[in-house]
Amino acid sequence: MATYAAPIPQIVAREAKPEPKGWASWITTTDHKRIGIMYMITTFVFFVLGGVEALMIRLQLGLPNNTLVSPQVYNQLFTMHGTTMVFLFVVPMMAGLANYFLPLMIGARDMAFPRLNALSYWLLLAGGIVFYASLFWNPPEAGWTSYVPLSGIQYSPGGGQDAWIYLIHLTGLSSLVGAINFYATIANMRARGMSWGRLPLFVWAILTYSILLIFALPVIAGAVTMLLTDRHFGTHFFDPANGGSALLWQHLFWFFGHPEVYIMVLPGFGIVSEILPVFARKPIFGYKAIAASTVAIAFLGFLTWAHHMFTTPIPEAVVIFVMMSSFLIAVPTGVKIFNWIATLWEGTIEFKTPLLFCAGFIALFIIGGISGVFLAVFPVDWQLNETYFVVAHIHFVLMGGAVFTIFAAIYYWFPKITGRMLSEGLGKLSFWLMFVGFLATFLIQHVIGLDGMPRRVYEYDNVGNLALYNLISTIGSFILAAGILVTIVNVVRSSKHGAVAGPDPWKANTLEWFTSSPPPVNNFDTVPLIRSYEPMKDIRREVEQRTGSAPGWGGQPSSVPAGATQIGV
Amino acid sequence: MSHLLPNTLAFFTPQSGGSPNANQIDSLYKIVLYVALVIFVFVEGALGYALWRFRARKGAVAAQIRGNTRLEIGWTIGAAVILLALAVLTFAKLSSIQDPVNSGPEGEHLVSDTQAAHEYASTTRRLPPSGKALEITVVGRQFLWEYVYPGAKEADGLGAPYSYEEMVVPTDTTVSLNIVSADVVHSWWVPQLGGKFQAVPGYHNYTWFKVEKPGIFRGQCALICGRGHARMIATVRAVPPAQFEVWLAKQKHELAEANALAAAARAKLGKEVGAGQVENP
Repeated sequence: MATYAAPIPQIVAREAKPEPKGWASWITTTDHKRIGIMYMITTFVFFVLGGVEALMIRLQLGLPNNTLVSPQVYNQLFTMHGTTMVFLFVVPMMAGLANYFLPLMIGARDMAFPRLNALSYWLLLAGGIVFYASLFWNPPEAGWTSYVPLSGIQYSPGGGQDAWIYLIHLTGLSSLVGAINFYATIANMRARGMSWGRLPLFVWAILTYSILLIFALPVIAGAVTMLLTDRHFGTHFFDPANGGSALLWQHLFWFFGHPEVYIMVLPGFGIVSEILPVFARKPIFGYKAIAASTVAIAFLGFLTWAHHMFTTPIPEAVVIFVMMSSFLIAVPTGVKIFNWIATLWEGTIEFKTPLLFCAGFIALFIIGGISGVFLAVFPVDWQLNETYFVVAHIHFVLMGGAVFTIFAAIYYWFPKITGRMLSEGLGKLSFWLMFVGFLATFLIQHVIGLDGMPRRVYEYDNVGNLALYNLISTIGSFILAAGILVTIVNVVRSSKHGAVAGPDPWKANTLEWFTSSPPPVNNFDTVPLIRSYEPMKDIRREVEQRTGSAPGWGGQPSSVPAGATQIGV
Repeated sequence: MSHLLPNTLAFFTPQSGGSPNANQIDSLYKIVLYVALVIFVFVEGALGYALWRFRARKGAVAAQIRGNTRLEIGWTIGAAVILLALAVLTFAKLSSIQDPVNSGPEGEHLVSDTQAAHEYASTTRRLPPSGKALEITVVGRQFLWEYVYPGAKEADGLGAPYSYEEMVVPTDTTVSLNIVSADVVHSWWVPQLGGKFQAVPGYHNYTWFKVEKPGIFRGQCALICGRGHARMIATVRAVPPAQFEVWLAKQKHELAEANALAAAARAKLGKEVGAGQVENP
């Protein structure tokens, strides 16, 4: 002991310089945290826009044969809604969270390529602006899937379809650049001792998310380029009258589109795998199984695209293969759910808002997963495909799945980003409104679909109970929106008036809680040697052993300025 | 309440009752539903129980368990076995959904040999054991379904009787549909008569149905095809074979009359134009 003393874990903001101020500093920043914040705010604005579009859709469908919006406007609404939520909210929101937390979780100073990181953000914003600028001319109206020939120049002459193409290109480039950056960061910049078996599960999820993006995006980039040249430069890739194939688009779109589903939910799986152990005060159950199933889902995700095409003229061998691969992908997904429940088992669960959103996510994702099995059985899919049953299914996996985990992440990580806690009361109110509103909106949509109502219709006749069911769904959507509004109020209020959080308010497991809240520009002065996948637990234990008491900076707001905080003997 | 939920099971199942394939899909769906309900109750129950039973209480200490390989392998295999069983059941049911049945005695004289395969890229056209069915070509176009019946005078299909929106079919007769599109992608769907199939320009898609009792079955285009998508209605009216023959004869007759009128009008127009050309060289 006299000759060698292991470095003592320290809170590490002593040499932090004050950050530059003013709006110009935001525009020129290459700091992953600021870029992360810009990502999150931008994508949340798009989430609100997409949400308003959703509410207008539900208003139109609240009554049978409603005339609130015209068929043209209705088609524009669902096209904008779907495209916004996928390309401008869920995928880039996950990128925003990863931007902020990935370097912190692996103990890095910044991303591998900070300027490339800034480029990712600005490409995303450009894509969003190009797309929403079409509001002032002709928004696209061929759906977020933009099937040809409907999206061709003959049937969609408006510029909105071109705006959609540029949105795919710009957000695609943004995601591609970002994905390469995440991959390079994870591969090269992990803290000493952080082997692959000690990588936080959220980082595993982002690694897989990045690989999926790198493989899937070039396909959609090629497809929309072909659509663009078909539309304006006289090519005939998708034109059956000139040797092209209208079915080719569906293959290319879904070869990208199905992995895209996992691109949207895998980071959410990672978030849940981080949050559950913290609030159950128990290690994650089966770390290796969860990491392995993430990778298995990613691989199988590339083999299932044609299950979106069971009703198209494709050979039966393909249909059967895709049914089996879709069944197969349900196995690792089920394994994850079992692992999460086992993580809660025999824990001491603290019902803080992040945990509530995670528990809500699991409850909803089980339903989304099970309805997915119905859709994988292709003869059953022949009845359910393109109906409200599918609308319900995708919202259970994407809203109940991805969006609930994003809200869990907001409540979990807000203290780290701002240094202040979100209100628990408002958080719980928001959760229950969202949970009940979600179920009211989407559970009944399964029945609407079973009763024969196709999706993407602007009106329906008052047959059977369709009017009643649709009214329930519409009322539910407004309860859901109210829940989201409560969180917005909570975020705005708490960023000024929330309780001071301190570095580690949740007594969490991963390295981002080792630095002050908000973290200084350089993140860490020194990073401790990583010995497990729960480094903060090790650090707390070590500090306790050395000082004989629990660390003063865990669980209680620190009154000492972050720059001066120091722990140790 | 009874008027809201006329049949509890119907609330949870797709529409059926018009044709054997729709009924078979419905029964396959119910098998999946029962398996799904058991899994749903079990997994949601486990989640709910864990959340309630293991909530933080005074003195409670979380068990520091990191995994259990045997348990994890067990539930992986368990999930795989359930899905494999579903796949086996699907294959067992498949033939009764995909393969058309023979027409009954009443409709037998209405069916004819049908092309088994097509020259274009397409799925396989499935035929009843007898090889005979009433072939109707379904053409999707913005925003109308057109039905072309057999009886063309010429090889290119011209002169065949056709109708729009409402398809009249004979009962007790196996109807084989050849689904094509004249413009964008549409999707043919009459829920009570079976699943939906896309009408993709440049491709042929096939399905079949056989209606036992006279009745009207409603459906609509299931795939976004433009601004009129919601109003692209499909109705199938099943009538006894004798009545069908009368209807088809009437369609043929009306078509012939209309063609004759059109030919006369063309001839007249041709004469006028011809005369005009002479007058104004």
